[in-house]
Amino acid sequence: MTARILAVDDSPTIRGLVADVLRKAGFEVFLASDGVEGVGTLTDANPDLIITDINMPKMDGFGLIETVRATGSYSSIPILVLTTESSAELKTRARNAGATGWIVKPFDDERLIAVIDRVLGR
Amino acid sequence: MPDMDEFLEMFFVECDELLDSLATGLRAMEAPDHEKETVHSVFRAVHSMKGAAAAFGLSDLVTFAHRFETVLDLLRSDKLTADEEVMTVLHRSSDLLTDLVTAARQSSAADPVRLEELLGDLDRLIGDEGDDAEDDALAMEFTPLTLDFSPLAGEPAITTYKIVMMPDPEMYRTGNDPAALIHALSQLGDATVTLNATNVPKLSVWSQDDTRLSWEIKLATTAPVTDIHQIFEFVVDCCQLDIHELSDVVAQPAPADSLAEPELPAPGEPVSDLAPSDVEATSKAATPVEAGASKAGQTTGQAATIRVSLDRVDKLMNMIGELVIKEAMLYQVIETAGFTEDPDVVTALEGIRQLAGDIQESVMSIRAQPLKLVFQRMHRILREAADATGKKVRLDTLGENTEVDKTMIERLIDPLTHMIRNSIDHGLEDAVTRQRRGKPQEGTITLSAAHRSGRVQIEVSDDGGGIDRERVRRIAEERGLIPQGATLSSNEIDSLLFLPGFSSKDEVSALSGRGVGLDVVRREIMALGGRVMIQSKEGEGTTFSIALPLTLAVLEGMLIQLRDQTMVLPITAVQETLRPTSATLHGIGKNGRVLSNRGELIPIIDLACSFGLRDAPAPLDDGVLIVVETDSHKRAALHVDGIFDQRQVVIKSLEENYGRVPGVSAATILGDGKIALIIDPEEIVLSSLSEQGRSAMAFAANG
Repeated sequence: MTARILAVDDSPTIRGLVADVLRKAGFEVFLASDGVEGVGTLTDANPDLIITDINMPKMDGFGLIETVRATGSYSSIPILVLTTESSAELKTRARNAGATGWIVKPFDDERLIAVIDRVLGR
Repeated sequence: MPDMDEFLEMFFVECDELLDSLATGLRAMEAPDHEKETVHSVFRAVHSMKGAAAAFGLSDLVTFAHRFETVLDLLRSDKLTADEEVMTVLHRSSDLLTDLVTAARQSSAADPVRLEELLGDLDRLIGDEGDDAEDDALAMEFTPLTLDFSPLAGEPAITTYKIVMMPDPEMYRTGNDPAALIHALSQLGDATVTLNATNVPKLSVWSQDDTRLSWEIKLATTAPVTDIHQIFEFVVDCCQLDIHELSDVVAQPAPADSLAEPELPAPGEPVSDLAPSDVEATSKAATPVEAGASKAGQTTGQAATIRVSLDRVDKLMNMIGELVIKEAMLYQVIETAGFTEDPDVVTALEGIRQLAGDIQESVMSIRAQPLKLVFQRMHRILREAADATGKKVRLDTLGENTEVDKTMIERLIDPLTHMIRNSIDHGLEDAVTRQRRGKPQEGTITLSAAHRSGRVQIEVSDDGGGIDRERVRRIAEERGLIPQGATLSSNEIDSLLFLPGFSSKDEVSALSGRGVGLDVVRREIMALGGRVMIQSKEGEGTTFSIALPLTLAVLEGMLIQLRDQTMVLPITAVQETLRPTSATLHGIGKNGRVLSNRGELIPIIDLACSFGLRDAPAPLDDGVLIVVETDSHKRAALHVDGIFDQRQVVIKSLEENYGRVPGVSAATILGDGKIALIIDPEEIVLSSLSEQGRSAMAFAANG
């Protein structure tokens, strides 16, 4: 079965790039431009995995992760953080919010897919 | 599949939006009571640009955006105050960022000196607060992970590892599935997995947060140990992990007891929530990605759009022009056939006319773009001009969302740039004079736009000293633009500024040294079918007003008759039409005639003469007078043989298809298929004044 991925990023360019890489790898991709929209898309997208940016308007990545973790059906879904920042503090905050892992931008296409495959157990 | 170029183009479009919100945000930050969210949004704009730029390896952009972002982060966390000095650096950084994007777009490099200089400025602001570690982190981001393939040189050696993993509750909470990790390990080589469930308590005392399961994996692999560590990169801090090399011996066949190895999670394990089948299946309600993307668009204020080349829109506009002409032709045919009394025909015709009008309006709205695109750029022009003159200036903009034709947007940049520079250079007084006059030290330039009766009105006003009319007159006399001691009204003196060759050189500055006068501004605005007017009050300031047509394609015109010719006079120039009476007519000199109109004497111009259709002016008892006003507030009465109609005409360039004709701005095609010339009243009035009007003008001014 094709895995479904919800990618959340406020930059249309990054969204486009991520979507392109994921689609080429055979995933079904859903997009949202901020945390609020990401949460709103959950039911429709019914994702197997979420990739999210941190710095976003309205609701940032931390907020999104916390909200998803508090949502029964998705509380254990893998959530990867895709961010330009790589500080230990950020990783700790992301981890505390419930992030599964992180990928630093600019991402390498193959590595992104490898990480996704790994956390999905594919 | 979209290729990289398309993403790059997408990135640039995104950058334009981000730069826009960056500039807007920075200006908002200058207000003392700005909201915290403003700083956040500015930060996000720079941050987003950095992130996306990194994806394309635009290193200059990334380096600069990173430093810029660091300063914004300090502001965001109140470690730095947005005082004037800081704001100046931020504005300059925003300008440079714009240049860096432009450079990236043109695959060139921005000015390296300026880049270094601003990086230095930013560094100074960062000071001790700056976190070196962060820079290291950034440096790390640029080093793509390179895999070490050197062991592959010879026959790959098989190593066996024993891996013991005991997850903490944290591992389950963060969505890291032990089964997935084990699966990943098994892909590296030959894996034997043993579940150790001996610590699992009785069900009666078992709790979900209690994690007692552990796994032992024996992995025989040729992969380096770093690959194994890589698999656990996200979970090293939330499970007990032990990885060690067993021996160089090739892995033994799996012991029989571990064949029943439960690779699936034990029942009750939180990870089972992950199984897709357990998740509420609502896939039939799934939105396709495109819908998701358009939702994304709404929130970023950019509705679902398609990109269409301007050529196509122009073509459409052209065809609508043809439609308007055909409609007029149809009307003519119906009229000739005598059907105009038939109500059905009239209704149907009216319907077509209405529809053509609606279509035209729709296409015009496609081409329309907010003046914001131009106004935004003026902030920078203003800052640079203020720097060059050492004057303190603020720019206020009003009506940024007023829309005009796209072609005009592009062609307005130069004239407006020039007017802003002119206002700063010549309009605003220096700080000392301002203080003496009791004005605030900081000068204000207001850029406003509004739709006014079918035209777009743009105004550039300053609160400076107003036009020094004595000086303007002196300069004009020196340059021989007007005779010594000529009597001129204030309006006429102000209009001298627009004359070619008028440029006050007794005040050399970094800006006025460009050798471009306001005459160029006027020419460019006129080329757009617009007019420029000037108003000035001594001690209070000067306002330049530009009136532009909404479109360059259609014009509301008055159809007039000159002997056997039909011509079109733009309705915007027409003030009134009247039949002359002897009481309102006066003769001056040999052939000069003036009309007394609204307390003013205005010259009468015989249009047929101007176009060489008649040798001598026709007697005034025949025909009609049309009072026109030009953009320089010059009024004249045009004598024509008759007025037919008022209607929209489609503008066809004469210069493109034939050549330039003095006194004519363009041509159009009428309902009967004939070509009619569109008159340029400005040129007619000016040329007439220079020949015969000088005496009339003097008379009018004295009278």
